[in-house]
Amino acid sequence: MYLITQMLNGLGAGSIYALIALGYSMVYGVVKLINFAHGDIIMVGSYMIFLTLGSGQPLWVAVLVSISFSAIMGVLIEQIAYRRLLNSGAPRIALLITAIGASIFLQNLAQLVFGANQKSMPKMFQLPAIRIGDMNVSNTLLNIIVAFIMMAFLQVLIHATKTGKAMRATSEDSGAAQLMGININRIIIFTFAVGSALAAVGAVLYTNTYMQIKPLMGGMLGLKAFVAAVFGGIGSIPGAMLGGFLLGLAESLSVVAGQSKWMDAAVFALLIIILLVRPSGLLGKHMKEKV
Amino acid sequence: MKKLMSLLLVAVMLFAVAACGPTDKPSAPSTPGGNGGELPDEIIIGGLAPLTGDVSQYGIASNNGSKLAVEEINKAGGILGKKIKYIAYDEQGDATAATIAYDRLVNEDNIVALIGDITTVPTIAVAQKAVEDGIPMITPTGTGAAITQAGKNIFRACFTDPYQGVLMANYAKEKLGASSVAVLYDTGDDYSKGVADAFWDAASELGLTQTDKEGYQPGSTDFNAQLTKIKAGNPDVVMVPGYYGDGAMILTQARELGITAKFLGSDGWDGLLNQVDESNYSALNGAFYCTQYSLREPGAELQRVMDAYKEFYADSDPEAEYLNMFAILGYEAMHIMAAAIESAGSVDSDKIVEALSNLEYNGVSGSIAYQGGQDPAREAYIVEFVDGVEVMRGVYSF
Amino acid sequence: MAPPNFRKRALSSLIILILTAVIYLAMHLLIAAGIIGPFIRGIINIACINIIAAVSLNLVTGLLGQLVLGHAGFMLIGAYTAALITKNSAMPLSVSLPLSLLAGGVLSAVIGLVIALPALRLRGDYLAIVTLGFGEIIRVVANNLEFTGGPAGLSGIKSLTTRQNATGMFDLIFPITAFVIFFSFTFGTSRHGRAVRSIRENEIAAESSGINTTYYKLLTFTLAALFAGIAGGLYAHQIGVIAPSRFDFNKSVEILMMVVLGGMGSITGAAISATFLTALPELLRSIGKLLANVLPDVMTGFFNNFDQYRMLIYSVLLICVMLFRPKGLFGRSEISITPLVDVFRHQGGRAPKKRKDGTK
Repeated sequence: MYLITQMLNGLGAGSIYALIALGYSMVYGVVKLINFAHGDIIMVGSYMIFLTLGSGQPLWVAVLVSISFSAIMGVLIEQIAYRRLLNSGAPRIALLITAIGASIFLQNLAQLVFGANQKSMPKMFQLPAIRIGDMNVSNTLLNIIVAFIMMAFLQVLIHATKTGKAMRATSEDSGAAQLMGININRIIIFTFAVGSALAAVGAVLYTNTYMQIKPLMGGMLGLKAFVAAVFGGIGSIPGAMLGGFLLGLAESLSVVAGQSKWMDAAVFALLIIILLVRPSGLLGKHMKEKV
Repeated sequence: MKKLMSLLLVAVMLFAVAACGPTDKPSAPSTPGGNGGELPDEIIIGGLAPLTGDVSQYGIASNNGSKLAVEEINKAGGILGKKIKYIAYDEQGDATAATIAYDRLVNEDNIVALIGDITTVPTIAVAQKAVEDGIPMITPTGTGAAITQAGKNIFRACFTDPYQGVLMANYAKEKLGASSVAVLYDTGDDYSKGVADAFWDAASELGLTQTDKEGYQPGSTDFNAQLTKIKAGNPDVVMVPGYYGDGAMILTQARELGITAKFLGSDGWDGLLNQVDESNYSALNGAFYCTQYSLREPGAELQRVMDAYKEFYADSDPEAEYLNMFAILGYEAMHIMAAAIESAGSVDSDKIVEALSNLEYNGVSGSIAYQGGQDPAREAYIVEFVDGVEVMRGVYSF
Repeated sequence: MAPPNFRKRALSSLIILILTAVIYLAMHLLIAAGIIGPFIRGIINIACINIIAAVSLNLVTGLLGQLVLGHAGFMLIGAYTAALITKNSAMPLSVSLPLSLLAGGVLSAVIGLVIALPALRLRGDYLAIVTLGFGEIIRVVANNLEFTGGPAGLSGIKSLTTRQNATGMFDLIFPITAFVIFFSFTFGTSRHGRAVRSIRENEIAAESSGINTTYYKLLTFTLAALFAGIAGGLYAHQIGVIAPSRFDFNKSVEILMMVVLGGMGSITGAAISATFLTALPELLRSIGKLLANVLPDVMTGFFNNFDQYRMLIYSVLLICVMLFRPKGLFGRSEISITPLVDVFRHQGGRAPKKRKDGTK
């Protein structure tokens, strides 16, 4: 019973990671960019919910506002911080640095506007309490279900639509894709929009589960989501899901093993091992570097 | 090599930094700590607090409290007939910036006393320097034991981490009848760990069974795994020292997991109630914490201060509505220092330090006495959450 | 090199060395006499430490072109090692401190090597994340071990500066800073430096040209860790207390900013930017005070509360630099004294050729 509860805990936390990792993975797959600001988009989404609910709007409005605003924010960041560098073929290091810059900017802007302290959020979804043993698993179940729905949605998008095909082409070889008549810029904008919208869905679920937001919440969350994406193979959608759940389980496991104070270290150690042993992650494909 | 020219450039730059640094030329003698006999025209008291950065909410509250005290004292005629000039610098929550700002206060602004810092690590860094200079220093909220060990001119206005830990362990056994305990603490926070360690050791000495000591990473939001493990050990009482942000989430998650044990917190839980939504108030039942002020059932004096604070500082402090102990401690620290200077009759460092150690001060919430030491003997109040209301359970000591 | 060139370079070096010594002496005297007070002295000392950290990061991020996000971890190792040694040593501080710095630097270098061996096999993005991961791991370890003092860290670390000896730390910090800069220059302009730079430009081409890329990558990484460790050790003794939270990801980013803003690959840039950013908060406070009587409250509020906007502005600067001037303020070039030397030396009949050094 104890172990089952811990596994559920792991899956619960993992589903949030998975949702965020989906967006991360997708963006990286298409643009080959680690969008450090991705975690902070979640923070933006959460604060949007906070503001909308605070002004008395109903829940569905808050969710809609959050998703749209995050998508717009994501695209804005891409346009301002990344666009020029992506087009001019700047070295990867430049992109990474701008990404970090964007992340820091968002965090500090939020601190300035909202204050550094945490804000409590009301319970968003009034779910019936589903109990396994003593534990109320309704949130966990909701998160897992939504994560799978999002993954299914993405899979359909990427594999069964024309836009998805364009995305795959851009990911494979952006030069060739352009020659084939694909408007790379639009695809990239679309990718960022969808990725950020996904992050906002993650924000909705996160806010519902933990009921507390603060300006710096995106940092560690984004990082762990990235770790999850790498676990599963960055660029792979199912991989992101797998990675997310695995990460959550790894964290629970470290507590079960009595090593709760080493949790973060264990997670990063796991990341490093995976990167060294199988850099493409569990479900990813290995890309050879071309001269 | 030719490029070593840049070294020259760097040195030139350092000169430039040196040259353009201080804009006020010091007019007092270069030995810090006042000039012995005569009183200066104003009594310059320095302040250090994190006004920006992660822990700014505590710094802002404390600094505002100190400013309020300065207003009051000056309105009543000042100290020894001279007005206080309070110069406070933001140290961004960083020990390095704190030491630089300290040097500025002491050597450029010529302070005679220091109120600050707020969190333990910068406070220790500043304390170690203040010991060299002999300046009397009171930290309103620094609870780390090592702070006052730096030297005899370092005081604090609050109680210490070890004290709280031992206090709550005794409370658990004596008042809650606990026979087994568990602990959940923040592995990256010296305050949380300090209280947790003291509690854990005290519990063992009191003969309580220790079931689990779990840690969480700073910034965590999901405590389910650790709480599940703690639940499996079935303790009567779970101690969760730390700040109210974490406390709020831990309590709500614990109840969702069906944990029925009683929860204990430390003074950082002050303000927790505002972090929890109404719908979750029931989750807080069965939780207690210790604090230094009876903010929920204030006496007339404390109420007056609280009202004044909300009136003046609602704009600058986003948390002003939920006045918490950091503000009161900042207020008290300033009053304590003023009382000591008054008693010493001069701004000489040594005289102030001596006055402090013999001080008996009646604050807005009980008396504080240093009794020759540097940590105040002060009372601890226990607060219990009952259906969304904080109920005072009175003073507790062991 | 033709003899006249060599003599010219040697003369430049000599001039620089003498100038450095003169400046060192001058500052030493100013500090000892109290003309430079503790406030400015503190800024100078910390600026120098930051210079060492920035220059060390510049080796691997600027010269080698690999983004490292866990640099603060190496400072942590150096800081704790040095602090533990001096705290537990019976020797006088003036002896134990330099030794402890060396020990800290070496341990940091060894751990850097151990991390680099597997990590440098990965490509840019992944390497950055792995270094971030290692930085976090080091921090968690420091938080959880007993002998490192846990999250409270270590306090009571003695400084060489005392009331009697105002120049204590400065006397140690300045020469070390000078050495690190000198070394980095020498390394950067030597054939080793050229090899490293060629790896930055195109690793596969470099490997094909016969350069042992593995060796150079490891070497650069280890050197960077070594100097960062020394910077950490100095930091511990300058501030007097260290805690794992002082060496987190934010610290790594702080140092990265110094390197990026100054120009990745330029030692001059890193050094100047480190000095400037260290002094900036206090500089602004001074300006704020100066203008307090002249400007309306709203504007002085900006200067006094600059810290609120500091990181915001820095992050915008970071993005702007990357967008518009990715080579930073100084790009990859350094300042050269050769033209000046040319003017003073008559190159018998031959028109002296002006060369801008460190150009790509």
